[in-house]
Order: sequence, then C-alpha cells, then structure tokens
Amino acid sequence: MSTLDLFSVPPSETADLLPRRFRDWFASRGWSPREHQLALLAKAREERSALLIAPTGAGKTLAGFLPTLVELSGEASAAARGEGAQATGAADEPRKSFISTGRAVRRTGGLHTLYISPLKALAVDIARNLETPVAEMGLPIKIETRTGDTPVSRRQRQRRYPPDILLTTPEQLALLLSSDDAPYLFASLKRIVLDELHALVTSKRGDLLSLGLARLWKIAPQVRAIGLSATVAEPEQLARFLVPQPGGASASADVVTAGGAAPPIVEMLDTRERLPWSGHGARHALPEVYELIKRNKTTLVFVNTRSQAEMLFQDLWRMNDDSLAIALHHGSLDVAQRRKVEEAMAAGRLRGVVCTSSLDLGVDWGDVDLVINIGAPKGSSRLMQRIGRANHRFDEASRAVLVPANRFEVLECAVAIDAIAENAQDTPPLRSGALDVLAQHVLGCASGEPFLSDELYAEVRTAAPYASLARTDFDDVVEFVATGGYALKTYERFARIKQDKQGRWRVANPKVRQSYRLNVGTIVEETMLKVRLVRSRAGGQGKSGGSTGVIARGGRMLGQIEEVFIEGLVVGDTFVFGGEVVRYEALVEDQVYVSRANDRDAKVPSYMGGKFPLSTYLAERVRKLLDNSRAWKALPDQVHDWLSLQRKFSRVPAVRELLVETFPRGGSHYLICYPFEGRLAHQTLGMLLTRRLERARARPLGFVANEYALAVWGVGDLSFMIKQGKLDLNALFHPDMLGDDLEAWLEESALMKRTFRNCAIISGLIARRFTDEEKSRRQVLFSTDLIYDVLRKHQADHVLLRAARADAATGLLDLRRLGDMLTRIHGRITHKDLDHVSPLAVPALLEIGRESVYGEASDELLAEAAEELVREATT
Amino acid sequence: MRVSRVTVTDVDFVADFSGALFWEEQRLLVVSDLHLEKGSSFAARGVLLPPYDTVATLGRLAAVIARHDPRQVIALGDSFHDRCAHERLSKADREALTALQARRDWIWIAGNHDPALPSDFGGMVASEVAIGPIVFRHEPTGASGEIAGHLHPKARVPTRGRSIERRCFASDGERAVMPAFGAYTGGLSIRDAAFAKIFGSPGFMAHVLGDNRVHAFAASRCY
Repeated sequence: MSTLDLFSVPPSETADLLPRRFRDWFASRGWSPREHQLALLAKAREERSALLIAPTGAGKTLAGFLPTLVELSGEASAAARGEGAQATGAADEPRKSFISTGRAVRRTGGLHTLYISPLKALAVDIARNLETPVAEMGLPIKIETRTGDTPVSRRQRQRRYPPDILLTTPEQLALLLSSDDAPYLFASLKRIVLDELHALVTSKRGDLLSLGLARLWKIAPQVRAIGLSATVAEPEQLARFLVPQPGGASASADVVTAGGAAPPIVEMLDTRERLPWSGHGARHALPEVYELIKRNKTTLVFVNTRSQAEMLFQDLWRMNDDSLAIALHHGSLDVAQRRKVEEAMAAGRLRGVVCTSSLDLGVDWGDVDLVINIGAPKGSSRLMQRIGRANHRFDEASRAVLVPANRFEVLECAVAIDAIAENAQDTPPLRSGALDVLAQHVLGCASGEPFLSDELYAEVRTAAPYASLARTDFDDVVEFVATGGYALKTYERFARIKQDKQGRWRVANPKVRQSYRLNVGTIVEETMLKVRLVRSRAGGQGKSGGSTGVIARGGRMLGQIEEVFIEGLVVGDTFVFGGEVVRYEALVEDQVYVSRANDRDAKVPSYMGGKFPLSTYLAERVRKLLDNSRAWKALPDQVHDWLSLQRKFSRVPAVRELLVETFPRGGSHYLICYPFEGRLAHQTLGMLLTRRLERARARPLGFVANEYALAVWGVGDLSFMIKQGKLDLNALFHPDMLGDDLEAWLEESALMKRTFRNCAIISGLIARRFTDEEKSRRQVLFSTDLIYDVLRKHQADHVLLRAARADAATGLLDLRRLGDMLTRIHGRITHKDLDHVSPLAVPALLEIGRESVYGEASDELLAEAAEELVREATT
Repeated sequence: MRVSRVTVTDVDFVADFSGALFWEEQRLLVVSDLHLEKGSSFAARGVLLPPYDTVATLGRLAAVIARHDPRQVIALGDSFHDRCAHERLSKADREALTALQARRDWIWIAGNHDPALPSDFGGMVASEVAIGPIVFRHEPTGASGEIAGHLHPKARVPTRGRSIERRCFASDGERAVMPAFGAYTGGLSIRDAAFAKIFGSPGFMAHVLGDNRVHAFAASRCY
C-alpha cells in the first residue's frame, strides 16, 4: 500500500502536524497526506534537516514544501498546540512585521524558503504547481522564481522585497550570494528545499551548490534543509550534503524513505528477429518497438545519445503508417522546440516521445504508461529513474521494456532486470569538491563582503564535498584567484583580488566583479555550433568539391551540434540531424551550414559515445553472469548459443580474471581483452597499451574500445611474441602503466586538454562571456590547449593542472576505474592463442571503423592520411 | 629523417616542424609571429595566463637554431606582442635572446603588433628584406617570391575517424605564408577567404606541422 489513509495514523497525530485548513484541502481533493509527507513535517517541527528518498510520483515536491506552507500559513504554532481546528488566523508569526511603502502596507517577513532545482524549467513548473494549493487554501504566501530569464527589474525588486518562497537554480544562488546585500536577503531564511538532489550532487554544480549552502549556514544558522532524491545507493552519505560538517567528524541529515511504491514490471524484448552482433541502433527491433507504441497510450522511448535519438525517430516515422503522434526530444534541439514537445506531452497529445537523458529529470507528466529503453541500461539506478517516469500513479507498477541492440547488451539488460528486482542501487559515491569550482566561489565571495582566509577556509569545510579540503589547497586556490598562482610571480600588479590592512580579501576593481557575474556556473557545454539549413550547392558532390563556392546563408536554424562531431566530418558527408538526413556544406564561424540530403541513410553513423559508462556494479554482475553457465539458460537462445560457442572455441572469462585473446586476421594481428569497465576506461587503456606495444616493437596500428572489450591490432605477430617470451602479458597490463606512460600520454592527450579547458573556464582563468565584444568560443578552445602545453611544461604542479588531474580520475579518462581494474586482474591474466577471431570478439571487431577512435595527433596519423591521398591520386 | 621542403620561385627551403623555414644555401633561418610576452599582455587586461609563453617560445627558437646553425635569422614581424612587451621580458629571457643573437646577423622585421621595434636588442630593423628572388615582409600581399607571416595559418586534416588541427605553412610554389611560432598564438583556417585572396586560386598546399616532420596536403582537402 502506498497512500496512507488518514485513519491509519492516529488522527491526533495528523492533526498535530497538519492544521485543519490543510487537512480540509487534502480531503477536498480526495487525497490523504502520505506518511513521508507527515514525517517531513515532524522533522521540521524538531528543527531537523531531512533527506526524503522517494520514487517519482510519490508527491515528493509537495512533501518538501509542506513544512514551509504550514509555517507560512501562520497556523504552525497553533497546530503544534493541537488546536489546529480553531487556529485559523489565531497566531501571528513573530517574525512578521509590517511597514508602509507609501502605497500599501507590505509585509517584510523576508525570504522564508529557498528552493533549488537543477533545471530552470522545473523551477518554473514547480512554482506554477505550488500556486494551486496556496490559492485554494487562501494562504498569504508570495512565490517567485528567479532564473537566467528573469528580467533585471524583477531581480532587483526580489532583492529589496523578497518573496516568501524563491525558486531558483544553483547558479542563481551563487549570484545572489555574491552581492553585498546577501546577508540582508538571506538572514531570515528558514528552509531550503533541494530538488533532484541525486542528480545535482554528481557534478560540479553540486560542488557549487554545497559551497552556497556553506555560505547560507553562516548567514542564517537557523536554516534547515530538505533534500528530495530518487533512490540512491548510500542515502546516509547523500544526507551529509544537507547539514554543516563539523570539523574532523561527519554529520548527516535524517533520512526519510517513502515506501510502498509498487515494484516495476520490467521485461526484455524477446525479439523475433536475429540479434545483431554489434551496433547501438536496435534497428532489428524497430517494428516491435513501433507495435509497442501503438498498443500503449503514451510511451517514452529512451536512448543513450542524441544521434541515436535522431536515427530512431527517423526510422519510426518511416514506418509510421498509422500516423501516430511521435515526437523527438534531446538536449541539442532548440529550447522552444523542446518546450513545445513537453507541452504536447503534458496535454496528452503525443503517443510517443523519443528522448535522451534530457528527459531523465523534470516535471511528471500525465499518462505515460510505458517506458522503452533502447540499448544499454548503463546502471541500475539510472534505469530505475527512467522507468519511474512511467509511474504516474504511485501505487501502480511502472511498466518498462528493455531493447538490447546487440548481444553484449542482452547480458547488460539481463543483469539490470535482476538488479531492479532486488532494488539494488549503483549511484556513484559523493564526490570530493573540485578546486576549480572553489576558485570560482572564492572570487564570488570576494565580490560580496570581504573575507578573511581563515574564516572562509573554516566555512568551506562545512560543505560535505570540501570537508577534508587541505589548507594548502585552499591557500593555493586563493593565490590562484589573486595572481594566477604562478611560481614566477609576475602578476602582483594585475591581481584580481587584494587584501586590505586587516587581511581581508576583496575584488580589486568592479570589472572583476562584473566578469565573475557573467561567468558564474560550472556547466561547460561541449562547444556547440549552430546548425542552419541552406540550399545545397549546385551538384552537391561533396568531398572534392571544396567549400569556396557561394552558399546561401542564414537559413533556418535546426539546433546545435557538438563541435567535436563536426570536426570529424568532411564537407559532403551526410548525417542525421533534427530528424532528417543532412549534408555538411560548410563551417562559417560558429555556424554549420547543412543542406537537405535525399539519401535514405546517413554516411556517418556517429555513435559519439554515451555520456555515462557502464556502471561498475552492473559490470561486476555481467562478469558473474558469464561465469555462471547455468544462468545462461534464462537468456535468449541466440545469446546462449553465442556464449556456448565461445566456451567451445576459446574461453568464457571467469569473474576475477582478464581474458586476453590473440589471433591473426586479414594481414594484421589482434589482441583483444574483456575488462568490462566501460568505454572511457577502455579508451584510456587502449592509448596506454599501444604505447607499450610500440616499445615492445609489436608495431600497433590502432585500437577500438566499447563498453565491454578492447581490441588492439598491429603488424607484429603478438601470439608469436608471447610464445617466444618477448611479450609478457602480466608486464603489459601491469598497473605501473599509470606511471610514466600515463604522464607521457597526458602530455598530448586531447581528452586531457578538454578536461583542462573545463577547469580553466570554471576557475575563471578564461572567460566564456565578455562584457565588450564576444570572443568566439572556437578561439577559446584553441588557446586553452596552448596554455595547457605551456603550463604543464613549466609548472606541472599548478593548482589548475591538479584540478584537471582530479577530473581525469573519474571523467573522460576514467583513470580511477582503470587503476582498480589493473590491480584486480594483476597476475590473473588468461591468454588464449587462437587461429581466428572468437565469437566474443566479433562485436568489438565489427566496430572498427565505425567508432571514432580518440587517437592522438601523431605523425603516424598525419602520414597515413597523406599516403591515403597519394594512393587515391595514383590508382 | 625525410626532409620536407617548401619551394618559393625555385628556391627550396627546408620546412622545419617547429614552423621555421631554413634556406640552406644562405644559411638563413626565418621565423614569424613570435608574439613574445603575449601572456603578460593578457594579464594586464585581467586574464592571468601562465607567464611562461616567452620562455617556451625562446626555448623552441633555441632548439631550431641549434638544429640548423644559421648565419642569419629573420624574425618576420610581430615578434613582440605589443609595443611595451620588450620591457616586460624577464632578465633570463632577455639573456637567452641575446645569446641566440650572438655571432649571427639578426633582422627584425616590423609587424603590426610591433611597428616600432626596441633598440635595446641587437640586430637590424627593417620593414622588408629582399634576398635574391625572395622578399620577406610581415603582411602578405600576394606578390611572387614573397614570404610573409601575419595570418597564422592552420589546417584541419581529416584522418581515420577524426581530424587533426595543426599550424601550417601555406604555399603555392610562388609565395608562402608562414605559421606563427609563438607559444600562445592561435590560428586562422587556411580555408579562410584571406588565403584564397593571396593565392588567387584554391590550388595551394598546406604544409602541416607534425610532431617531428612536416606533412603536405592540398589545402582544398583540409578545412
């Protein structure tokens, strides 16, 4: 049972917590307050901060706001005395006072509750939803939002005459805190509601938010926080985020868990078609997916990447003989376009929406009755959250169908379904605070009231992610903000923040403050280029056509696309965007010109890699499943046969070992291993292995990585080298590759440079937005690469490089996971010397040439490209 | 190692992977757009870039001079990022530069960033220099036999599954534009209209700087 009937709790207790006006309102709607909603009221009464763990559809938002609404209704104290029934208007809150503004009497209770959401749109929707109970109960509560879109006049008014409840984002909070009047604005604050906390804390935005909370605890010690979160692996850890951390110890908010949601019904699509060996599009299953959409009222179809969404959407429309209303939603589409889809969805006008993680969060929609997840689930918590999107009625089971796109994904889907049945969570542990975010915060602090280093250091350490921040790191960050923190201290006179006689830091001039305001925030988007549709050039032959010809400019804007994707294209290449196949015509400044191509298939499949790698937890379960051949029976026959064949032909990897196969094929020699550690860690491993193989004179030519395996190929006969003792696999995979080899690679790694660029931008070294003329982002990208090269060579321990290094451990390079794996498998490598490719190796090999390899800009690649042109010209 | 060459009106230059040209017969080394003290120039405007660009640029310059041991060096303009840049050179950088100039003819060509070159360094100052059929000047005019800088050419080369962007020489056998040598100097794509104007046709080459050699591509194949 999910909902809690009023009578199952002693009526006196409910009355005690909930004033009559509220009980009447619940009753008028035919609702009863849920147990967790009452629990939060109780925590509020006890002056405790609390973390509410609840699935979608559990009335989480209302639960978060109930304490606020009750307190602001002026009935809290009456209710506390158990006099709820007679209390209407009886007790004036002592904090309220009235002043005359000349025109009217205005209440100046000050800001009572601050609500923070990861999504601007969510803040706006929540504000709208809150208006309903407030109006229906006739509560004297003013609710306002503040986002990047809020007009300047309203922002100013909000600071002078704050509403009771302000709904905003972490970035806007940082901005508010950096103003002189922050102490005035926040002094009265009683409650903070943090929505979708599980999503916020996994990123640098969470770091920024935690530092903002630390400020608020200082300004308003009386404030209590309520965190709203989906189910996570370690609720107690997450609950630390909500309360100030005492030095040297750990403190947590109380955890309230909403129970009772019906377990979801999750199935794997048992396809009638032949299961592909590789790929991520699941094209084989499209007719079946279409059937599912047709049979249900409203279906959400989740995929892992933007380009997959594009392709799937296009394919579905091609077979849409019934003209079902199917829409597309992903982060690169124009905002207006996205809002339109969301509105149509809310109004129940759509039968299906193909979407990416862009819809992982957000307001609940009406009647989604099925979630289809195409491709790899990646993690059990992530999948559960997605499935929860279909949970429009809390007490009804959500329904979901998983559609694996290849054989490995079948294994992943199978273990994900088991994990969901056990309600096993695999959200990542709380991160430790990034130094680049701290730098931004320090500049923000100096923009407001001046601060003393000792005091700010103590304050920052109350934020959970920074609880164990070393004083030296803090001092380095302050030094960086002031003068850049270079060993060659040449910039004293250009310092951005300066100390006064009392040792208090403040900004050196108003321009610094202005620049901070313009650049606040931690979301460094992939450099995006605008995509415009133009008419094709005559002929449009593409490749050799060159782009010097005249093309129509200023066509219709289709959306935005990652610069990295465009960098991989040649003029004339076709790809799918905005639901159609387009041809790349030209790149002018930050605009990509494309024309409509009438091709059925795009030339560039562009999987672009999902943002999230396979979770360590699911990987472990996949390894266990492989190791337990009795469990294979539950898998589809095709997969069962595939694994049996592998066992017969080579070997199925055991749980703790690393299976390495070597075999010749098409003139090259291959080495393939199966670490199951996700694409990012495999990519890094590939880079480092090829370096080592090069040194061993195995002459590697390239590698390809997917979520499960890594294949390296080259000229040298690896099987022979291993047999002759010239190549020792234990030495090749030794954890010491994370020493010098890693250092040498980082020197030139494009991924590391991207990581550094983000740190440079977040820390404020490089501005994204300028007061005067806008410098193009492409220029910014290039110059951070140059800065990286120079800084690494001349001051390798600089605080920004340390920040980038910390990011590399978990980010694009996934070094930590790679390190854990290398340690785990050390001395446990099983080598199979084969005559030809094994069944398990086929999927990885099929991806060669399809997956773009993050190789480094080496002479070999350039020489190869040059030779290719020669071949083309001479044959 | 294979030597890469850039030819300008029958004169063969060695194209060094650092972005310098070397005329063996004359023992003449040419570098362009050093932009010394660009970092500190930004710092004055509030962007606190690492102050190591000058030492990095001079280090690379010392290396290419050691490779070819030229008798003459031409710095093809924009050697200093701004008019006061020379005053900001550290003592060590100043000494390093002076050491490179010793026993060599050194010619500073004036650029738009450094129209008035400092007199406290060795070497001659000129607006342009003609040696045999070759004219060296900062801003390209498209004249035959001209070697210029100023534009900071770079090229993006499509390779297997991705593309590589590097600085490059641009040349059509009649004239050449040199890449910028400075550590913090960005670039302009050789597909920019500025290059088409200088070469008159799209049929020119991009000599792209690799890690240890220079690779030639038709400019129309780059972007």
